[in-house]
Amino acid sequence: MYVAKLVNDLPPSGIRAFFDLVMGMKDVVSLGVGEPDFVTPWHIREKAIYSLEQGYTSYTSNKGMPELRKDICASLKHRYGLDYHWDNELLITVGGSEALDLACRALLEPGEKVIIHEPCFVAYAPLVKLAGGVPVPLITTEEDGFKVTPEKLEKCWQKGTKAFLLNYPCNPTGTSYTRSELLALAKVAKKRDMIVLSDEIYDELTYDFDHTPFATLPDMKERVIYLNGFSKSYAMTGWRLGWAAGNEKILAAMTKIHQYQVMCASITSQMAGREAVNHGRPDVLAMKKEYNRRRNFIVASLNELGLDCHMPQGAFYAFPSIKSLKMSSIDFAKDLLEQQKVALVPGGAFGSQCGDHVRISYASSYDNLREAVSRIGVYLKARHGKKR
Amino acid sequence: MDEILDILINDARTPAEDIAKMVKKPVAAVKKAIKKYEEDGTIVQYKAVVNPELAEGLSAPVRALIEVSITPQKDVGFDAVAERIYSFTEVSSCYLVSGSYDLLLIVEGKSIQTVAEFVSSKLSPMENVRQTTTHFLLKKYKEEGKIFKQPARSKRLNISY
Repeated sequence: MYVAKLVNDLPPSGIRAFFDLVMGMKDVVSLGVGEPDFVTPWHIREKAIYSLEQGYTSYTSNKGMPELRKDICASLKHRYGLDYHWDNELLITVGGSEALDLACRALLEPGEKVIIHEPCFVAYAPLVKLAGGVPVPLITTEEDGFKVTPEKLEKCWQKGTKAFLLNYPCNPTGTSYTRSELLALAKVAKKRDMIVLSDEIYDELTYDFDHTPFATLPDMKERVIYLNGFSKSYAMTGWRLGWAAGNEKILAAMTKIHQYQVMCASITSQMAGREAVNHGRPDVLAMKKEYNRRRNFIVASLNELGLDCHMPQGAFYAFPSIKSLKMSSIDFAKDLLEQQKVALVPGGAFGSQCGDHVRISYASSYDNLREAVSRIGVYLKARHGKKR
Repeated sequence: MDEILDILINDARTPAEDIAKMVKKPVAAVKKAIKKYEEDGTIVQYKAVVNPELAEGLSAPVRALIEVSITPQKDVGFDAVAERIYSFTEVSSCYLVSGSYDLLLIVEGKSIQTVAEFVSSKLSPMENVRQTTTHFLLKKYKEEGKIFKQPARSKRLNISY
């Protein structure tokens, strides 16, 4: 055995084989993509090209370019009234995932527990484990709109719980929270003295109410590690640019790991990031408008087809139930891919209890969505026909 | 602007049923709104934006941008002269603009000669037209927000978390 036990014991992604199947197939209409279908707006790309022409090819400060940090803090102040000091309460990272990894490693003693809701993004539990922590699943259900409730949070708490992780709007369910719902969770966090790892990477894509950052709730700023980035808001996934904001001491610890691990985020991405923060607002609003229409379209269409789907409040995912088909989500996904060449992600990828849901990404053109809906319709009709 | 119009401006083929889902309104209400727009002239026309370089067998018209300086008339200003000009079928668009000339026309014809003929025999001799400058269009790069290039294949992976 040449691989460390900790790594060896990480479960391999159960649906890797399914992903390979999708990758190998041509002419697939894909609803399986976890990133925007927009290309990064031209003015942002142009800024990056210009920075290369000007010779910006060096390292930056470990924490990230001071100008970018100041820009982000100014934007947080402007949008949410949040006061973070640019120099010691904010860190620029290589994507949101690095920020979460740093937070886990900076916080967790071996064996300390982190409550993580399920369904959730695939990387959370492995990152906690790699940092020596123990993930404690909190199962959210369709009946609750896949929300973490204060009762469930309280129930999941046990001695040795250091933090709870909340991703909202949520990948894969699209669930988000109103201010009063968050206040109820904040109460439990305070009572049980938990750090809140708040992954708000989809914050700009909240459709039905204003997004409330967890750190804006009373007494929460010191307790929250606020994770965010450029990937989803500005369609910049490939630039790998994220950030974390929070308590000075924790941020200093995270910076220590970050400087040994990656030195700094790419300067080209940081230059592009400045342009995005300072001039990207209209792009964000235009993309949000488009996503909102697609959301309404896809959810109404899925329900029409008989796949029960709650209305997601944010991100760009619908998470319909396939219970009525009486088959597992992985079988459904494979079958649909083979019969109709439509790709989606089986719910099992996002949690042990999600086997009767699938994730449908509407970060895809209206024409694609229409085609996919029509193909799913054909598939379901044929299947119902067969059963009779 | 009304969301229904916004959707149609972007893609005029969007069926009323789909628009209804997008804006969370009954199909009948959407159909009624569209009908009203058509009747009151808000929606003028539905047409395809075509890339002439790719449209086989389509004899692409020659197009020219023509700057026209005119002498405005008492009481009616530019409008009366503009009307005389835009009433020619050769004129596909006509705008009153600020700057060093007054009207900007887009004129279409079968060939350079046809457009030249229009300018020399119809436009320039008009009483209130002082001067014209004709620019023939050589290549369309972008029109109506659409770029005239084969769309690049998406570079995203087909599936990701």
